[in-house]
Amino acid sequence: MTYTAWIIVTASLVGMSCGLIGVFLVLRKTAMMADAISHTVLLGIVLAFLVTKEVSGPAMLVGGIFAGLLTAFLVQWLHSLDVQHDASMGIIFTTLFAIGVILISTSIGNAHLDIQHALMGEITFIPFDKVSLPLVGEVPRATLLLFIVFLIVLFFITAFYKEWKITSFDSALAVSIGIPAIAMHYLFMSLVSITTVASFDAVGAIMVVAMLITPASSAYLWTDRLVVMLILSSIFGILSAISGYYIAYWIDTSISGSMAFSTGLIFMFSFIFSPKHGIISKYVQPIKNL
Amino acid sequence: MSSPVISVNNLSAAYQKNTVLRNVNFEITPGSLTAIVGPNGAGKSTLIKTMLNLHPSLTGEVQYFGLPFKKVKKRIGYVPQRGSVDWDFPTDALDVVTMGLYGEVGWLKRPSKSHKKQAFEALEKMGMGDYANRQISQLSGGQQQRVFLARALVQNADLYFMDEPLAGVDAATEIAIMETLKKLNAIGKTVLVVHHDLQTVEDYFDHVLFLNKTIINHGKTEKVFTKDNITRAYGGNIRILGGGI
Amino acid sequence: MWSLLFNTNTGWVIMSTTILGIASGAIGCLAYWKRQNLMSDALSHAALPGVVITFLIVQEKNLLLLIIGAGISAFLGAMLIQWISNASRISEDAAMGMVLAIFYGLGIMLLTVANRSAGGNQSGLDSFIFGQAAAMVKSDVRIMSILAIVVIFIIVIGFKEWKLYLFDRHFANGLGLPIGFMNGLYTLVLVMTIVIGIQAVGVILMAAMLIIPAVSSRYWTKSFRNMLIISSSFGAISGAVGTFISSKGSGWPTGPFIVVIAAGIFILSLTLGKEKGLLIKFLNKQQQKKQQTLRTEIREVK
Repeated sequence: MTYTAWIIVTASLVGMSCGLIGVFLVLRKTAMMADAISHTVLLGIVLAFLVTKEVSGPAMLVGGIFAGLLTAFLVQWLHSLDVQHDASMGIIFTTLFAIGVILISTSIGNAHLDIQHALMGEITFIPFDKVSLPLVGEVPRATLLLFIVFLIVLFFITAFYKEWKITSFDSALAVSIGIPAIAMHYLFMSLVSITTVASFDAVGAIMVVAMLITPASSAYLWTDRLVVMLILSSIFGILSAISGYYIAYWIDTSISGSMAFSTGLIFMFSFIFSPKHGIISKYVQPIKNL
Repeated sequence: MSSPVISVNNLSAAYQKNTVLRNVNFEITPGSLTAIVGPNGAGKSTLIKTMLNLHPSLTGEVQYFGLPFKKVKKRIGYVPQRGSVDWDFPTDALDVVTMGLYGEVGWLKRPSKSHKKQAFEALEKMGMGDYANRQISQLSGGQQQRVFLARALVQNADLYFMDEPLAGVDAATEIAIMETLKKLNAIGKTVLVVHHDLQTVEDYFDHVLFLNKTIINHGKTEKVFTKDNITRAYGGNIRILGGGI
Repeated sequence: MWSLLFNTNTGWVIMSTTILGIASGAIGCLAYWKRQNLMSDALSHAALPGVVITFLIVQEKNLLLLIIGAGISAFLGAMLIQWISNASRISEDAAMGMVLAIFYGLGIMLLTVANRSAGGNQSGLDSFIFGQAAAMVKSDVRIMSILAIVVIFIIVIGFKEWKLYLFDRHFANGLGLPIGFMNGLYTLVLVMTIVIGIQAVGVILMAAMLIIPAVSSRYWTKSFRNMLIISSSFGAISGAVGTFISSKGSGWPTGPFIVVIAAGIFILSLTLGKEKGLLIKFLNKQQQKKQQTLRTEIREVK
């Protein structure tokens, strides 16, 4: 495959995983948790680096999941102590992120880990670091990782589809009929963390946040059916990846930045033109009802 | 006399510093239809939430059919206040009712056709058959409440808790809901309802539980629904009642 | 001579982060009661495209102009968040997340272009965005301080109006308070604080400066006035101590140290605070339980 194709495939995998996960983030009204976790995984990665002394995929994944769960747990804990939910998030993620940055600057000294890189990502170099697989041939390492993560996400979303639905819609009911809403919450946060860490290196934290929240929100404006919303959200993720790449190519700029920006273009289009919940439909509908 | 369905023993609960429930003791007899009444802030919702482990208790314990809550979860149906969920959630009425069966469907399985049929029948019982595929945000308040009731019906529980099911619904829905509750009652189910409208207590319920942080009085409606008890629960500020009491 | 220069500059920087701490501590209380804690996070990210566009237009790192550009961009972000969450079924937190990521993405696109153009890399834009207080010079400090003082002044003179506005805006409206104007002013003050703070602590950690002192202060008082004072003091202490520590090591970042100090104050407040602190709460609960059991025993004796 060509260089361009690998980049688009990689970013599309991010778009699909994030698109699926994002639907439930948006519906559970915890969209900003994406922002929080995407920052705190930095701490997890730094800790993994300090323990193993190398930048390796599996260790980073474990570190990231640990940091993501720690964030989810601490936020929940502070909230249970009566701190407003969004304030708990604000306190926890900034503090953990700050600790991560301090660790980098005091005990690592920028070796392979650098904050700007983490935030913006460097998808440009992905196609150069390849591993070879039987049957398929040479595949970029990051793409392979993201593919595995996509399969994991897809598996959990479909396997527990109805459990996700009920815990998102009415967690009290879920508990009363014996579905462990709290365990499901932490499982979900683990999925958010895995997706974030795996995407982190490829596209950077900010694009992960964009891909998690925006395609799902756009899809929410087009449909009232959950299955359709999941499919649309993934498609929007892929479209953002492709259009973002060509925008970046056209004006010669950051690929991840452009992809994040593209999710916004799709959202603005949906926000204005969606026949169900768009701005224009709100002006048109009253006339139809007369 | 048969053994009680619920026995609440010395239950207390608090929100932060404020104790909202104090030494609550009562027993519910099988097949009763009980209204929980009391002024705003009397702890009515807190009482049922605490009984259902949705809110931590400070002291005391609750037993259902002589067993702790965890063992009998599946025999209990709960209808929360309508405002407790987001009605913009992307799903339709039938699907919400089907959720009542998820416990029975089990992990990793999809609801079958017979589950869907069961859910549809419950909707029809509530007069909502025509709205099965309607997105839930497009239902009126009364219709949403009927969907919730239908969901409770499919759970096929032995004991139901309902938090203000008649708040803000239209007259037709009120009648439909009460008919359903009476039918449940007639086949031996026990129902506890947080209720806010004193005018209708005598018509709708056979038992009344007066609550104002603790139990004021509890018993058969014709015995305890007296001016004296109402004044004790509401602190004498109530003037809405006409004759008959 | 080197150490002298370094020391004076550190003095200036400590002064400015202290003033910044006071301003963000105060405005953080407003944001807390408006239940918009994470708004600051969204807006500090949304400031980025404004910074870069201004730089691309004027082609130099003029702090005042960059701040104005950042302010306009963040203000647009705030308007967009409000518009999206009011006009559609998208909730406010999703709207914030989107504006945050999309504006930031746009900012990164533009920054890449700016860095490619002549002299871009030397512009110091990166340190502006990621926060490096030590890189600030005396004139930067002066501009920051003046703006911070304006912010504090606006909050102090309208103290009782702010209180009413935050507590019960419908009632405030009935009293004839110009709610629309106050909404605008609030957003303006918030945006100003954020954009002047970015240079000191960076885009990502700016939110901490607004949230953590405000939440910590809640554990020490019940009055809004005292909350403002305590929160500002916590902000000031974090700013001063954090900056001081970070000046002790070479290449140590300022923002993270300020945030860690603020978090330390929060933990102390959470555990030892006299209003709803964990220790007090624990003791209360014990007492409540004891009383409850006592009552039951008395009843049983009867």
